[in-house]
Amino acid sequence: MLEAILTAVIPVVIIGVICAAVLVIASKLMAVKEDERFPAVRECLPGANCGACGFAGCDGYAKALCENPDTPTNLCVPGADAVSKQLSEILGVEFADVIEQVAVVHCYGDCEKTQDKVEYQGIESCAAAKLMYGGKGSCIYGCLGLGDCMKVCPQEAIYIKGGIAHVNPADCIGCGLCTKTCPNKLITLIPDVKTTVVTCSNKDKGAVTRKVCSNGCIGCKKCEKVCQHDAIKVVDNVAVIDYDKCVGCGECVKNCTTKCIKELDLKGAHRF
Amino acid sequence: MTNLIIILLSAVFINNYVLSRFLGICPFLGVSKKLNSATGMSLAVIFVMLIATAVTWPIQTYLLVPNKLEYLQTIVFILVIAALVQLVEIVLKRYVPSLHKSLGVYLPLITTNCAVLGVTILNIDEGYTFIEAMVNSLGSGLGFFLAMVMFSGVRSTMEGSDIPKSFRGLPATLIAASITSLSFMGFSGIIENLFA
Repeated sequence: MLEAILTAVIPVVIIGVICAAVLVIASKLMAVKEDERFPAVRECLPGANCGACGFAGCDGYAKALCENPDTPTNLCVPGADAVSKQLSEILGVEFADVIEQVAVVHCYGDCEKTQDKVEYQGIESCAAAKLMYGGKGSCIYGCLGLGDCMKVCPQEAIYIKGGIAHVNPADCIGCGLCTKTCPNKLITLIPDVKTTVVTCSNKDKGAVTRKVCSNGCIGCKKCEKVCQHDAIKVVDNVAVIDYDKCVGCGECVKNCTTKCIKELDLKGAHRF
Repeated sequence: MTNLIIILLSAVFINNYVLSRFLGICPFLGVSKKLNSATGMSLAVIFVMLIATAVTWPIQTYLLVPNKLEYLQTIVFILVIAALVQLVEIVLKRYVPSLHKSLGVYLPLITTNCAVLGVTILNIDEGYTFIEAMVNSLGSGLGFFLAMVMFSGVRSTMEGSDIPKSFRGLPATLIAASITSLSFMGFSGIIENLFA
């Protein structure tokens, strides 16, 4: 009896010990040096894996920070200043301020300002709706209102109201996932200290724009003229603000013919 | 030679590990969402199946059978495969970091993949010689690869289709998997007759 058990146990134990020994030796011989700062750096990052930093998730950013000393420590937008501060302490580099950003929808053509040109009964997705003659709304540049951005938003900061998407700045972490999702590229990230936003992206000539949406930018260039800081330019029949120059004086908002340049409060509850 | 080709083709098409034997369903459902990860996982499986067979076949033939310890097959094979995958991971990490990176998390996942254990045990049950066993492992791996790539295509199509709400997600995926596996039933009997 004992012999039967032993003949079974002993070979298995021997195989196990051999495997263990080989693994131990291999891991000692072929150890790859991991940066000892990596766990600490990774611990600082919020772990949302949003990709706002431009790396593949928080692990990727942490790795880049450890391996390449030139990697900026202020790339984590969701983590904001707190994370940047911790990172610069661990890595022993100078603190770099994070520019907190908020997503903004450059369209204000809700149900009152635009009309539907067709009835859409397809898949509930902006990307699909866009394939059908540019969506159901009269403006082919505008928000399709089917909420692709809402679905990707990790913070549920986007909601659809009146047929267009709105961002709630208090919940927005500035990860930029929605900017990549929107098929009309209507959402951009802007620094949350700014207040002036052009809420139209229609690139058609003024008369055409006017016909499809009462909120549309007609490209009259009035804002260009009143801006003291050379911060607003009409490109492709739509006003675009250069946020490096904009001081938020509000002159363009006051003078906008169609009131498509708006003053919004973008201050987020920054954040985590 | 004909024998080897028959073994290879039957392992790929007729006795496909995922679609006919229903082994390795976990990665089949879990990692088939994107073509990239499906390919990575499959390549890792092919690789591990080959080395696992190369190690377990001699263990069975020269260690377990002479000592009348065949009943320890399962536990010994699991032990050896797990250790082997770990070893391969260490070696890859040191010498081929690019491959290690592209295989990523899939390599350690395969440690407990039943398709790998299945192929090693079935090689013994079928009474294959070492060469035949290796060919069968290669075929099984390729079959897994085929199933994964096909199914990732099916899933990407499903993603854009309008499915009733209660079926969305896993239920629809399982139904699609069963239809895909039905399509493989059409191969049965073909390969043997090709060479008959």
